[in-house]
Amino acid sequence: MSIQGTASSTSLSPTGRAGGRFGDRLLTVLTSGAALATIAVLVLLVEQVVNGSSLSISAFGLGFLWHSTWNPTLSAGAVNANVYGAAVLIYGTVVTSVIALVIAVPLGVAIAVYLAVLAHGRVGAVIGPLVELLAAVPSVILGLWGIIVLAPFLRTTIEPALHAALGWIPIFGAPNPTGLGVFTAGVVLAIMVLPIIAAVCRDLFLTVPQDLKDGALALGMTRWEMIRGVVLDSSRAGIGAATILGLSRALGEAIAVTQVIGTGSTITASLFQNGDTLASRIAEQFIGTVSRLQTASLFYCALVLLVMELIANLAAQLITRRFQKRRGLAL
Amino acid sequence: MSTATGSSTTLLGAEDRNLRRRRLTDRLMRLSATAAAGLAVAVLAIVVGSVLIKGASALSIPFLTQNPAVGLGAVGGGIANAIVGSALIVAVGTAMALPLGILIALYLTEFATPRTAPPIRLVLDLLNGTPTIVIGVFIFGLLVVSHSQTGFAASIALAIIMLPLMARTTQEMLLLVPGDLRNAAHALGVRRWRMILGIVLPSALGGILTGAILAIARAFGETAPLLLCDSVFGNTTTLNIFGTAIPNIPIDIYRYSESGFPSDHARAWGAALVLIALILVGNLSARAMLARQRRKLAGR
Amino acid sequence: MSLSPPEKTAEQERSLLNVEVAGESAVATGSTEVVYELRGVDVHYGQALAVGGINMRIHKNVITAIIGPSGCGKSTMLRTLNRMNDAIPGFRLSGEVLYHDRSIYERNIDPVEVRRRIGMVFQRPNPFPKSIYENIAWAPRILGLRADLEERVENALRGAALWDEVKDRLKQSALGLSGGQQQRLCIARALAIEPDVLLLDEPCSALDPIATASVEELMHELRRDYTQVIVTHNMQQAARVADRTAFFSLNVENGSRSGVLVEYDTTKTIFTSPGDQRTADYIAGRFG
Repeated sequence: MSIQGTASSTSLSPTGRAGGRFGDRLLTVLTSGAALATIAVLVLLVEQVVNGSSLSISAFGLGFLWHSTWNPTLSAGAVNANVYGAAVLIYGTVVTSVIALVIAVPLGVAIAVYLAVLAHGRVGAVIGPLVELLAAVPSVILGLWGIIVLAPFLRTTIEPALHAALGWIPIFGAPNPTGLGVFTAGVVLAIMVLPIIAAVCRDLFLTVPQDLKDGALALGMTRWEMIRGVVLDSSRAGIGAATILGLSRALGEAIAVTQVIGTGSTITASLFQNGDTLASRIAEQFIGTVSRLQTASLFYCALVLLVMELIANLAAQLITRRFQKRRGLAL
Repeated sequence: MSTATGSSTTLLGAEDRNLRRRRLTDRLMRLSATAAAGLAVAVLAIVVGSVLIKGASALSIPFLTQNPAVGLGAVGGGIANAIVGSALIVAVGTAMALPLGILIALYLTEFATPRTAPPIRLVLDLLNGTPTIVIGVFIFGLLVVSHSQTGFAASIALAIIMLPLMARTTQEMLLLVPGDLRNAAHALGVRRWRMILGIVLPSALGGILTGAILAIARAFGETAPLLLCDSVFGNTTTLNIFGTAIPNIPIDIYRYSESGFPSDHARAWGAALVLIALILVGNLSARAMLARQRRKLAGR
Repeated sequence: MSLSPPEKTAEQERSLLNVEVAGESAVATGSTEVVYELRGVDVHYGQALAVGGINMRIHKNVITAIIGPSGCGKSTMLRTLNRMNDAIPGFRLSGEVLYHDRSIYERNIDPVEVRRRIGMVFQRPNPFPKSIYENIAWAPRILGLRADLEERVENALRGAALWDEVKDRLKQSALGLSGGQQQRLCIARALAIEPDVLLLDEPCSALDPIATASVEELMHELRRDYTQVIVTHNMQQAARVADRTAFFSLNVENGSRSGVLVEYDTTKTIFTSPGDQRTADYIAGRFG
C-alpha cells in the first residue's frame, strides 16, 4: 500500500477515498483468499486420500507395500479372500517408469542438444514447437494408438528382435500375442515423457554461457567435445532434475498405461507380459468395486502414488534450487 | 616453459589419426542428436497421421450431429452428446479455474511478500505434479461417494488440473508488464486496485487468455479423473450437470478403445480425430498468439 | 577503464612511452618471421561489411596490439585469426588469411585444427565449472597429449605464473579463484596445448589494476615463446605491452559503417608520430 496520504492538499471526496481504500482491501482479500484456497485444495486432497484409505491402512498396515495378493473375491471359502497388497502394482509402476526413462532420457537430452546447440535458423524454430506439440497429444489418444498401431508393431518387430538377441536375459521373454504388456506401456510412457525432458533440457542448455562454449572451441575442441565437456558437464544436476520430472509424469499416468499394459496380477520376469501399475489398477477397478475394503485399498494405492510423487517433486525442486545457486556462481 | 614448438605449426592440414577419430566421433554424435529430433517429429507425425487417416473414415456429418447407437459394437450414430458434454464440463471447470488462477497470479506478483510467495508457488507445483487419477480419487471421495457421479464433479477435477497451469502462465505474463507502466500509474496517484485492474491486467490480457486456451486444450483431453467422476452416462444429450454424469469425448474414446469390436475402434478413431483437432487448433493458435503477446510486451 | 589518474601529466605519459620504446627495441632485433599474412580481407555479417580491405603481417614472437574505437571490428578481426567467427550466422570472409603461408580458410582445413594451434583468451575470464586441474588437463587429454599430464598441468600453470598460488588446491573449483587468477588460469589452459599463437581479446577489461598488471607482466614473459595478438581499448595498455600496434577505425560510407585498418606500425611510431591524422586524433583524445 504505497500510495496513501495524498489527500491533504486537495479536497478529495470522502466517499472516493473510502471507495479507493475499500477497493485495495477487497483485492488484497480476494487474491490472498485465492492463494489460501490453493493450499486448502491440496490439504483437502491429502485428507480425502488418507481418509479414504483408512480402512485398508488399518487392515493391512505398511505390509500393503510388500504383499502381492490382490483378491477382491468375497466368497467365504476362498483363500486370501478380500485381501489386498500393492507389491505387484508398485513393481509395475517402477518398471514401466524405468523403461520410459531408459528410452526417453538419452533421446530427450539428444533432442535438447540438437535444439539448443546444433539447430539454427528456421529448422530449429519449426522442430522445437513440434516436439512440444507431442506433449499436447492426450494420453487417451496415445493409448488408443498404442493398442492399435504400436502394440502390433512392437509384437512383430522390436520384441522378437530383442528376444532373439537378448533372450537369455529373463526380462526379454517371448512376445505376448496381444503385443500389450509392461514393455509396450513403457514405450508409450517414453513418448509422453520425451517432450518434457527435451523441453526442460533445452531451456537448461540455452543458459550455458556462450563464453564457456567459445572457451572450449578456442582450445581446438570439436563441437561434440564442447557439448560433452561444457554443455552436458555443467548441466548434470539439471538433467537429473529433468529426469525426475519425467519420472513424476510417468509414475502417475493412468489412462494410456491401462490401455496398453494388458492387466496382470503377478510379477513376471519378462517385460513382454501383462502387468499393472498403481494408477492403472485404480483406473480399472475403481468403478465397480465389490467391497468397501477394495475401495479403501484403491485409495491406499492413490496414497502410495501421492507419496511417490511428493518425493519426486520435492527432489526435483531441491536439485533445481541447488543447481541454480551453483550456476549463479558460475555466471 | 619452452613448449611452443615451431615444428607443430607446419603440420596444419597434415594427416592426424587422433584428429580423424575425433572428427568422426563429432560427426557421429551430431548426426545422432539430429536423428533423435527427427525421431520425435516422426513419432508426432505417425500418431497424428494415424488419427487423421483412421479417424477420417469414421468422420461424417451424422457422426458430429447424432447421439450414439446404443451398445458396444453397435453401428451408426455419432458423438454429438459427448461433444456437447465435454464442452459443458470444460466450460464450467474453466469458469472456476480462470478467475481463481488470475487471482493467485495477482497475489504472487502484486501482493505476496518474499516469505509468503514460495509456499504458494510450491503448492502450485505440487498440485501440478499430482497425478490426475489421484485428483479423480480425491473428487470421488469428496463428491461422488456420498452422492453420485456428476458432470460437476468432473468440472471441479478439471478445474484443479487447470488451476496451476493458468496461474503460472498468468504470472509469467504479469511479470512481463513493464515497470514503467506501474510507475506511471503510481505517479498519477491512482489507487493500487485501479492500477491493477485498469493497467496491469489489460496489458497482460492477451497472454493470459492464450495461456488459458492451452490449459483448456489440456483439460479437453484429460481422461483419468473423468473415469472416476463422470463415466457412467446414458446415450442422450444432457445439460443436467449437477444431477447426472455428462457424456464426454475422452471417456468415449477410452471405452471404445478397450472394446473388441472393430466398429467401436472406428468410433474411437473418429472421436480421437475430433478431440485432437480441437487440441491442435487450440495449441497452435495459442502458441502464435503467445509469441505475439510476448513480443508486444517485451518490445515496449 | 582508464588506468591513469586524470591528473597525470603529459610528461609522465611520455616517460611511459619511453619505457615501452626500450622494451620494443629489444625485440626489434628478434624474429622477422611472418606468422600471419592478411591479404585484402573483408568480413561480412549477412549483407553488412564489418571489416574491409585489411592487409597486414603479424610477426613471430612479437606482441601486436589492435586498438581503435568500439565497433571498428577489432574483435571480429582477432576472431578471424582462429576462425572463431565461423559459428556466427551470416559470417562470410573474402581475401586470404595466411598462417605460415597456408590459408586457414581453405576448404580442406578444419577449424578445429586451426584453433588447436592458435590459443585464445577472452574478454571475461571463462574458466569451466570444473576443478583447477581439470580446467587445464581437459583439452590435452582429448587431444591425445596424455603422457605426463600432471607435469603438463604444472608447466602450464607455471607458465601463466599461477602455480604458486594454486598448487595446494588443484582439486578445488576454478570458480573460487579471483578474477585475475581466473584469467591467468585461462591463459594457462591455452598454454597447456602448446599453441603457436596466443590471441587475447581485451583480456584485462574485466580485471582490476593489480590483476591487469599481473596479466601484462605475464605477456612480457610469454613473448619469448609465443606470438601474441591483443585487442585492447586501453591505450596505456597497448603502449605498455605491444611491440607493434594496428589502429582500426570506423569508415562511414553511404550510411553504412565498417572497420578499416588505418595505420599499422611500431607502437612507438603509432603513439609518438602517427602518420595518419585519424590516429593522432584518436590517441590524443584517449590519452588526454
